[in-house]
Amino acid sequence: MNDVLVIGAGPAGLSAAIAAARQGLSVKIVDEFYRPGGRLLGQLHEEPDGVWWNGLAEAARLDQEARALGVNISCGVSVYDIARCDDRWRISTTEGEWESSLLLIATGASEAAVPVPGWTLPGVMSIGAAQVMTNVQRVRVGKKGVVIGVNILSVAIARELQLAGVHVEQLILPPLSEVSGKAGRPHEIMRSLLRVAHLAPSPVIRLGSKLMGSAWMQRLAVAFFPSKGVRMWDMPIHLRTAALEIVGTSQVEGVRTARVTPEGLPIPGTEQLIPADFVCIAGGLSPLAELAAIAGCPFAYVPALGGHVPLHDEYMKTPLPGLYVAGNITGIESARVAMSQGTVAGLSMAQASGLLADDSLLSQAQLQVKRVRQNATIQFHPDIAAGRELVGQMAAAWTAR
Amino acid sequence: MSQRIFHHPVLGSMEERTALQFQFNGAVYTAYEGETIAGALLAAGVRTLRVHEETGAPRGIYCNIGHCYECRVHVDGIPTVRACMTLVTEGMCVTAGSVLPTPLKKGGHAK
Repeated sequence: MNDVLVIGAGPAGLSAAIAAARQGLSVKIVDEFYRPGGRLLGQLHEEPDGVWWNGLAEAARLDQEARALGVNISCGVSVYDIARCDDRWRISTTEGEWESSLLLIATGASEAAVPVPGWTLPGVMSIGAAQVMTNVQRVRVGKKGVVIGVNILSVAIARELQLAGVHVEQLILPPLSEVSGKAGRPHEIMRSLLRVAHLAPSPVIRLGSKLMGSAWMQRLAVAFFPSKGVRMWDMPIHLRTAALEIVGTSQVEGVRTARVTPEGLPIPGTEQLIPADFVCIAGGLSPLAELAAIAGCPFAYVPALGGHVPLHDEYMKTPLPGLYVAGNITGIESARVAMSQGTVAGLSMAQASGLLADDSLLSQAQLQVKRVRQNATIQFHPDIAAGRELVGQMAAAWTAR
Repeated sequence: MSQRIFHHPVLGSMEERTALQFQFNGAVYTAYEGETIAGALLAAGVRTLRVHEETGAPRGIYCNIGHCYECRVHVDGIPTVRACMTLVTEGMCVTAGSVLPTPLKKGGHAK
């Protein structure tokens, strides 16, 4: 029997396994995908300092390090149940049952689905699907596509597609609906894009974004947004165009669009058909936390963190005995934050086993999480720190009951 | 027509990989080691992986990481296998599944 079971071989799970194994714990990781790396696989972007972040290379490095420390990594294994048996956790998987006294759930995030009429046609996929197909499978998803949903993730992946020789015709908004919510309103998108405009390669956009601090300037910018779109990060972003319907008989043939008001309402008489052989829908990420719910973990709903997150403290420990969480299951942030959280979780589990030789390693790792968060070039949400604070307070209140 | 990205400006060129033969709905296709069923078929221009069990409408991949089950196929007789999560092996036999009878539904397909 292993001391630690880890569910998820992404940046958090692998980093936790490495940290725990270094302190002498025996660790087993299970992951549903056919190779380790999780959402690192496929990540590829240029940092502001000009260095490329290559998720495939990061995943390979973590995988090698974990294996060198004797970590057992089982891929292609799905976990469908978690139960408390005596003083241990038992996980039920497609390859059988395993038990351990310490369990880390590092399942990451899933993409929110945004239904658009015609979205079941072959050729329509989530933006993350296109990323994995392009950078991991190395297969082009099509010749010419439309991305529905304008956010930091969709712009980054659209650039990755272009890098691989796949033409992205336009990035447009989803139709305004209960589900799309803010993502269908041009002035809301403008606000969220301005938060990342400092990363833009164009000095005009960087400078422009500073002048757009006031709400009325933002409204003015949306009102006069050019009908041909703007090239932001060299991507054709159309903030005043929304998808009405994806059309095709046996597969995608195009997207019917309309110009929309700053509030996202279609303007009659402005319908157009954009020919395309693929469509990506980008609805943003949410923590993938079902397994923590099955285990009986209490949750908090924190929009700044991407949705429902299991309660946990700064040691990445949930209120349930021996149950830990790390990475995007605790809130949507970058892979670097996930890796530093994983290290904290691994060291916490070592401490719980009485195997942590030097307690200062853990406090240093906790500081590192905050440092990485502060230095992040991309803030997925402006209120992440406040959201983290709230979850910590709720976890403390729960434990004190 | 192949849609594989052999050369990538940042990720580099693909190393030599072993070619594998597999079947999809009776036709023979070539995959390379490390390719999923969904990846190999898309590279061959095949987007439709199954039909909706009730309406017969065509379906392909959606999430490509195992969450949505839109790409479920039969592999060597085993149903509900995710094409996006399953690597092609030599001689693998993949089928798309078909429309199922709905005898209890008004106006259904049962005769």
